[in-house]
Amino acid sequence: MKKLLIGNEAIARGAYEAGATVASAYPGTPSTEIVSSFAQYDDVYAEWSPNEKVALEVAAGASIGGARTLAAMKHVGVNVAADPLFSFAYTGVNGGLVIVSADDPGLHSSQNEQDNRGYGRFAKIPVIEPSDSQEALDYTRLAFDISEQFDTMVMLRITTRLAHSQTMVEIGEKQEIPLKPYKKNAQKYVMLPGYARGRHVEVEKHLQQLQEYAETTPLNRVEMDDTSLGIITSGIPYQYVKEAFPQASILKLGMVNPLPKELITTFAARVDKLVVVEELEPVIEEQVRSWGIDVIGKEQFTLLGEYSAEFLRAKLAGIEEPAGFGLDKEIPARPPLLCAGCPHRGVFHLLRRMRLVVAGDIGCYTLGAISPLEGMDTCICMGASIGTALGMEKARGEEFAAKTVAVIGDSTFVHSGITGLIDVVYNGGTSTVLILDNDTTAMTGHQDHPATGMDIRRDPAPKLDIEGLVRAIGVKNIRVVDPLNLKELEAALKEELNRREPSVIICKRPCALLSTAVKPPYSLYVDKEICNGCKVCIRLGCPGVTFIDEEKVAEINDSCIACGLCEQVCKVEAVKRTEVK
Amino acid sequence: MEEKVTNILIVGVGGQGTLLTSRIIAQVAVQMGFDVKVSEIHGMAQRGGSVVSQVRYGSQVFSPIISKGEADIILAFEKIEAARWLDYLKPEGMVIINNERVNSLPVMSGKVKYPDQIHEKVAELVPKTTIVDATDIAVRCGNSRAANVVLVGMLSQAMGIPAEEVEKAVTAIVPAKALDVNLKAFREGFKLA
Repeated sequence: MKKLLIGNEAIARGAYEAGATVASAYPGTPSTEIVSSFAQYDDVYAEWSPNEKVALEVAAGASIGGARTLAAMKHVGVNVAADPLFSFAYTGVNGGLVIVSADDPGLHSSQNEQDNRGYGRFAKIPVIEPSDSQEALDYTRLAFDISEQFDTMVMLRITTRLAHSQTMVEIGEKQEIPLKPYKKNAQKYVMLPGYARGRHVEVEKHLQQLQEYAETTPLNRVEMDDTSLGIITSGIPYQYVKEAFPQASILKLGMVNPLPKELITTFAARVDKLVVVEELEPVIEEQVRSWGIDVIGKEQFTLLGEYSAEFLRAKLAGIEEPAGFGLDKEIPARPPLLCAGCPHRGVFHLLRRMRLVVAGDIGCYTLGAISPLEGMDTCICMGASIGTALGMEKARGEEFAAKTVAVIGDSTFVHSGITGLIDVVYNGGTSTVLILDNDTTAMTGHQDHPATGMDIRRDPAPKLDIEGLVRAIGVKNIRVVDPLNLKELEAALKEELNRREPSVIICKRPCALLSTAVKPPYSLYVDKEICNGCKVCIRLGCPGVTFIDEEKVAEINDSCIACGLCEQVCKVEAVKRTEVK
Repeated sequence: MEEKVTNILIVGVGGQGTLLTSRIIAQVAVQMGFDVKVSEIHGMAQRGGSVVSQVRYGSQVFSPIISKGEADIILAFEKIEAARWLDYLKPEGMVIINNERVNSLPVMSGKVKYPDQIHEKVAELVPKTTIVDATDIAVRCGNSRAANVVLVGMLSQAMGIPAEEVEKAVTAIVPAKALDVNLKAFREGFKLA
């Protein structure tokens, strides 16, 4: 049966068909739908792990336990999982293990655009890269065989355009793969120096065998045509090459680590001009050049962002893109923004009004950094806020700490904020930490996490008590406030900032998009007779309030859910309530 | 011989349902036996940002994304979004615009004026432009959120796709509880073009 699937769904299907029975992930765009789709199959185990490191450790354990296992994460998630990644690369597998790295060229929804093909060479594991959803399914299936044949985890590297493009897929049958027997084997699975030395020998041996395999694997294929132009490419850029240069000869690499040296050398000799088309880093290009082969690469293209067919036409054939109409230059930008009624909005409004230094973190609330809220000073990576605030305090002293807060979401706190808070308590910090608890992982599409009380299938699960956890860490000053009650939040902030001890303020209110969101029994409107056009409500950056230029007044629209923030900031009481039956 | 690929760009504001619309159009193309690719945007842009979904179908499709000057049709759920993406249209292409204004942040804060007549500028530049009050029609059908399906109706009529094909796709894609409203909205749109 043929159907349209996004790349992520196809990977889940491929893992299912390959007989995988365990999958783990922490949500992260563009990887999220891989394990959430896998969870919909019967007779498999899937989980949202607290973070990617745990996800890979669970996967490693399942593999050692004999099951075929999938772990999925976004590119920066692999950094979090890098520790088990490098060691598990030494131990090798029992049941096949495939780790999916979903990279994000163009930074559609990420803090950087690192190229995780680099992990393949660094960790000495094979990396395979599909070009559409059918290949995503087929390659995932094959990856499990490769993993078991060469006793190594396999990285399936995809990018946003693969993850979130739907293409036609032929659905196959599920293979019945029995659980492999578990045998204690400390020399393989205990990475003591004495044992690990022996494993390094094995790793190099397997890599040598993989190099030979790369020469003949169906993952790599030559499409000979016009020999005046030969292009080596892989992944989504293959599609751009086919679109822009349908007559060119192509060496399509489905396996990008290790590279097939013989195959590439032979292909190079058959074409007049050799070009490597790869997004981001010159991973293939540099290796090919190191073999003394003359190749055109990054000097012609770019290290930045996504490629496209039009980009290749312009750079390689000098065909300029059409001039267009130019209307886009006349129209206002439309950046993303916090939703109407978002519980985060009041927090950033207040933090800016109080002129605090804000060490931020990753989630929807990172949008609190942009205009008009502009209530964030730093955002480095998942969980960084608390450590960053402590570092600032240690550099500049307690006076500075008295006007600094760390802001972190509930899911991010569980992911990697807990250890930062332990550090604050242990090393005598006085930080004030705001945990924005909206009861979900909102930005990636409302996934559950250990503190929501639901598992990946939305079945009830033990609920992590964040307040109790914070207390156990040794924080004595803990408050739970409603972030949409500005007076209460401001009072809490003032008191806790002045305290020369660590404090945690839990700002608790469900995401406005959840069915559990608080909806008051009234709606709001602006009394235009009273509104003086001061725009204080407009500076909240809420899609529910618009400024009517002609009348110099604010107006509330349909998207408003009566969170009441504008009502609280209005100095002339122009925001009124209408009862709803 | 290069086979013809049809390119449809669906543009709007995060939350307006571009994703669902692209899935309906893609499903129609699948039913008609074409090779289909759809490119979607998930994640941060979905929070009220400018969003685009792209549907490409033909006998064989390579790139999942449409190049500038290549779109046969732009389906715009909001006025300025039609203008933002207009450079992707073929010179002889068609634009269907919902006469809907959604203020973006710089407009809401009064920093920039919303160019209220922008759809008329589009119509001056592109002869095959249709402007429709799809949201009003959707409200009459029972839910403003079905405006996207009104536009799908107009698109199907304009492209000569049989209504039954699209209704089959809508039935397959749209959640059951919203189906009646959506089918009604589709038929209204189909009648319009």
